[in-house]
Amino acid sequence: MTDAILATTNLSRRFGGLMAVSSVAIELERGRLHAVLGPNGAGKTTLINLLSGDLRSSGGSIRYKGEDITRLSPDRRSRIGIGRSYQKTNIFPAFSAFENCRLAAQSRAPRPLAIAADALRDTPVCDAAKKALTAAGLGERGERIASALSHGEQRQLEIAMVLATAPDVLLLDEPLAGMGAEEARRMVDLLKKITAEHAILLVEHDMDAVFAVADVITVMVNGQVLESGPPAQIRASPAVRAAYLGEDAEDPEDGARSFE
Amino acid sequence: MRRTGIAWLVALAVLALFPLSGATFYVELVTKVMILAIFALSLDLLVGYTGLVSFGHAAYFGIGAYTLALLTPKYEAANLWLTLGAAIGAAGLAALVVGMFVVRAKGIYFIMVTLAFAQMFYFVFHDTKFGRGSDGISMNFKPEATIGGVTLFDLGNATHVYYLVLASLAAVFVFLHVLLRSPFGRALQGIRSNEHRMRSLGYPVYRYKLASFGIAGALAGFAGYLSAMQFGFANPELLSWHQSGNVLLMLILGGIGSLHGAVVGAFAFVALQELYSYVTTHWQLLLGATIIALVILLPGGLASVKSRFKHTLVGEPEDD
Repeated sequence: MTDAILATTNLSRRFGGLMAVSSVAIELERGRLHAVLGPNGAGKTTLINLLSGDLRSSGGSIRYKGEDITRLSPDRRSRIGIGRSYQKTNIFPAFSAFENCRLAAQSRAPRPLAIAADALRDTPVCDAAKKALTAAGLGERGERIASALSHGEQRQLEIAMVLATAPDVLLLDEPLAGMGAEEARRMVDLLKKITAEHAILLVEHDMDAVFAVADVITVMVNGQVLESGPPAQIRASPAVRAAYLGEDAEDPEDGARSFE
Repeated sequence: MRRTGIAWLVALAVLALFPLSGATFYVELVTKVMILAIFALSLDLLVGYTGLVSFGHAAYFGIGAYTLALLTPKYEAANLWLTLGAAIGAAGLAALVVGMFVVRAKGIYFIMVTLAFAQMFYFVFHDTKFGRGSDGISMNFKPEATIGGVTLFDLGNATHVYYLVLASLAAVFVFLHVLLRSPFGRALQGIRSNEHRMRSLGYPVYRYKLASFGIAGALAGFAGYLSAMQFGFANPELLSWHQSGNVLLMLILGGIGSLHGAVVGAFAFVALQELYSYVTTHWQLLLGATIIALVILLPGGLASVKSRFKHTLVGEPEDD
């Protein structure tokens, strides 16, 4: 409990009559990757939006490093160390990959009053951007215009941008979505590598990846936490199995994604 | 980039030598165009680099002009430096106050609220004693450019005014060029590209947009001041929505989001206006048709002509 860098209590979000997220308690610790699983509509992305501040909560609270941040704006949350990536690629399409990351890194040393300074000569910011690009596997692609990158590379850029903001907490919304097998494998390696210094919340549909990297797994159904625990416990859980089998019966395509 | 720099030096040299031709009418016309170019540059910071399409930018131009008119005493000349500072300050302050209300609005709502505020300013000057009604204010004296008892130049002289305006245009151009490569300028362009992501990267987007709105207003006030100085009067038409529309058309003509586009657009707009009004009294019809044709044929504006040509001939788009 005391080790948690980010923790929610009774966190809820209502859309009209629908409880998209209902009384969720979740904790993130440095050095641990916390994966959130659940069928479509379980409230996983809404949970990330609540944690990042993109959405206001309808109830409950969020504590970060001991302070209540429930009402903080998304930009404030980013500045205090909560970074997020998006499920739907959310980049600056007309800028180079490097400029995408440079802007991200610049947010840590914004210097808005240095109007005579050339932003490209700010060495620490440029170095941080290059480092983030390299970490995400885009070291050679910096000069490319972001919209000209492949879909998988744009997903990598999405991660590189978050890393460039040097966050303590990473909220990753389906970083592997649409990636090829090779790219996905590299992303999993990257996730393993960065987990040591970060507290990570990972929403992901790729079960193999989740079980390969997660230290803790929380399964959500209908906006509520169904079960939370180490991967072995989740794998063995009859409740989780039932929830997913129920989903399978309706959607045969999802049946391919078993836990084994 | 290097070639663009040379092109600009050539353009600057041509403009600097132009008054030697002795054609007073054209010297005054080009002075007017250069003032409009400053105005267009100021709007480009908003439209082209921050993604804020203001349809009320003439308000700040007019405030700059009225500041000079109101500060000029009846029987003596005003001080250029003091009144210029006051005009830029007043326009910038007005833009900051309006900006506090409008920069949260997006898209069409932003366009409409900027227009609404501009109309308010228009009627303040049009319908009150303070603004002296629809005729506006005529000044009996041009401001004096005096520093420590020495008069640097004579603003009654059209050539002196020309060079002051040319220097102002060059200064505003360089200022914006430098501003746009600074961290602040880069952040504005990020906001134009993807405001949502800028916020999630930790930028206080509202403050950046407000600062941009204030700077653009101050620069528009600068242009308005120069206009009042050149013509010796300020009237409500300077703040009218026609004026706001015209400056937007200049940007569309020249190319939104390019500093040289704003300058080229101002020259093209006035050139077309002069040309068509020489041919017919229905010149606005022709001007409208030209702009429509241009938007269809050259969506990037006149500033994109070079890269368009290259693209067609060589089959490879150019970056600048």
